[in-house]
Amino acid sequence: MSSKVVQALYNDDDVLMHAVKEVRAADHHIEEVFTPFPVHGLDKAMGLPHTRIAIAAFCYGLVGLAFATWMMNYMMIQNWPQDIGGKPSMSFWYNMPSFVPIMFELTVFCAAHLMVITFYMRSKLWPFKEAENPDPRTTDDMFLMEVSVKGNEDELTAFLQNTGAVEIKVTEKH
Amino acid sequence: MYKFSSKLKSLSIALMVIGILGVGYGFFSAPKTVEEVKKEMSHDSHGSHHGGESKAHLEKEALAKIDNHGHEADASHGDADAHAEHVLHQKQNRPWSALYVSVLFFALISLGVLVFYALQHVSQAGWSIVLLRVMEGITAYLPVGTVLVFVVLVLSSMHANHLFAWMNGDLINPDSPDFDKLTFAKKGYLNVPFFLARAVIYIVGWNLYRHLSRKRSIAMDTANSLDIYKRNFKRSAGFLVFFLVSESMMSWDWIMSIDHHWFSTLFAWYVFASFLVSAVTTIALVTVYLKSKGYLENVNDSHIHDLAKFMFGFSVFWTYLWFSQFLLIWYSDIPEEVTYYVTRFSEYKVPFLGMVAMNFIFPVLLLINSDYKRIPWLVVMGGIVILAGHYVDFYIMIMPGTVGGSWSIGIPEISAILLMLGLFIYIVFTALTKAPLLAKGNPFLKESEQFHY
Repeated sequence: MSSKVVQALYNDDDVLMHAVKEVRAADHHIEEVFTPFPVHGLDKAMGLPHTRIAIAAFCYGLVGLAFATWMMNYMMIQNWPQDIGGKPSMSFWYNMPSFVPIMFELTVFCAAHLMVITFYMRSKLWPFKEAENPDPRTTDDMFLMEVSVKGNEDELTAFLQNTGAVEIKVTEKH
Repeated sequence: MYKFSSKLKSLSIALMVIGILGVGYGFFSAPKTVEEVKKEMSHDSHGSHHGGESKAHLEKEALAKIDNHGHEADASHGDADAHAEHVLHQKQNRPWSALYVSVLFFALISLGVLVFYALQHVSQAGWSIVLLRVMEGITAYLPVGTVLVFVVLVLSSMHANHLFAWMNGDLINPDSPDFDKLTFAKKGYLNVPFFLARAVIYIVGWNLYRHLSRKRSIAMDTANSLDIYKRNFKRSAGFLVFFLVSESMMSWDWIMSIDHHWFSTLFAWYVFASFLVSAVTTIALVTVYLKSKGYLENVNDSHIHDLAKFMFGFSVFWTYLWFSQFLLIWYSDIPEEVTYYVTRFSEYKVPFLGMVAMNFIFPVLLLINSDYKRIPWLVVMGGIVILAGHYVDFYIMIMPGTVGGSWSIGIPEISAILLMLGLFIYIVFTALTKAPLLAKGNPFLKESEQFHY
């Protein structure tokens, strides 16, 4: 198996979308697509699976809610049930309304922050991380599709040329 | 063009007939004299309606005295007589309150749809154009609904019932033993002529916008310029300003004045959130129904998804306001305002807490999933629970001030719901047959037809 990839550059997202569909129809494997901005529907055209980050966020929210409930119950009801301004500290439910703002905020806090951290980890983003874009122009105005070479390299290059690529490079996979 | 199916028509007529019979029965079976109430009370193990033994009972009586019905507890009668009379008034109020809750609930649903409709124009929404005719159909109930509310208000003003205790002239008569200083201080606002005049202004204002926007919408179907569209845009913006003020005052007048010793600043928003979420839910239910019958070919699951998002969002919004109002009053525990929740907590615990499950927990867990929001039967299921929950919400707003501990959800309440539901279905679906279900001439029509989320 060759470790070579063809990098086809496009200068328009519409052309890119058509190219992605053609490449998929011709049964070539798209390694990666680099775009300067989100192209609506690109993930669908590439056949990428749905993200599950919303499910993760929901679970993190439940974690936050559970933590807040446990914390308020432990501190205000069990550890030191003081009478503070006549608030009923004898059971969690009696004094529950005053805990709701904290329960709400911790739910949101955990859902948001843990989801963002999950996103960073899953997409391998962190400070001092080496940038991975194969061509700096893809952060400005160019779109780049990487297709792995299987079989005839020239045939694939010609095929990609026909999809409207403005430039084609063949490089080693990094 | 939509054709009112004969099945649905007979269903709505059947609902109305059953409803009328039940409402009639409710009025017929209400006790007429103190003696009847006493007999009833001696049959019941004492105080079964009041949830227990004498201590709790006395506390509630005391609360009721400082809250609403102070004028009814006359010391000279002695405690038992005063109590029997108190219960008599509550029981006589019950069929009236049952009717009033339903009449108000359905009228405000169609008002909420009208507001949502105006919002679509003003925000230049691109997704909802294919649903405008559905909304117009639902708002066709507004004239009937608001006039019915007005009729109840007029009857109350003529002392046909005791829904609004402040209408009792003795309360503001300094020579009467029932004189109530707090009500007297509010008589500049809470007096019958001004009350009815305000009601007329709200009702005329809302119906005027409804009538004109519908007329313009029909005219737009054949228009070849955007003049009507632009005029509609401006009038809708004007209506929203008028609505916000009138809705605020409407909720003080029609709902908050039932508990006329109590006041809350965010009450109007709370009422608004309640009927707005019911309105969006109603739009979703009617849309799903019409779509399932094959009448709305331009509505796709993205439109349903958007409606479900609004149902979800406004449910959370309602909960936010419900809880904010409750938390502030519970936390500070000022006696003059906390009685409102004490009555609800001690006498209405199941519906009071049950509606939070129905209006918040259930829709939030059901409609948080993006895929579920596209599945019609799940949206319908969520919608039915939301509507039932907000009926209970209105019930909880009105009943404690009118029937107090003598509440129940029985024949008078359910029949009133069926009656208004039958009328609502009949008028809405008749109105839907009057115009094509696709509103042409709106510049965003194309976008709406191709709307995809």
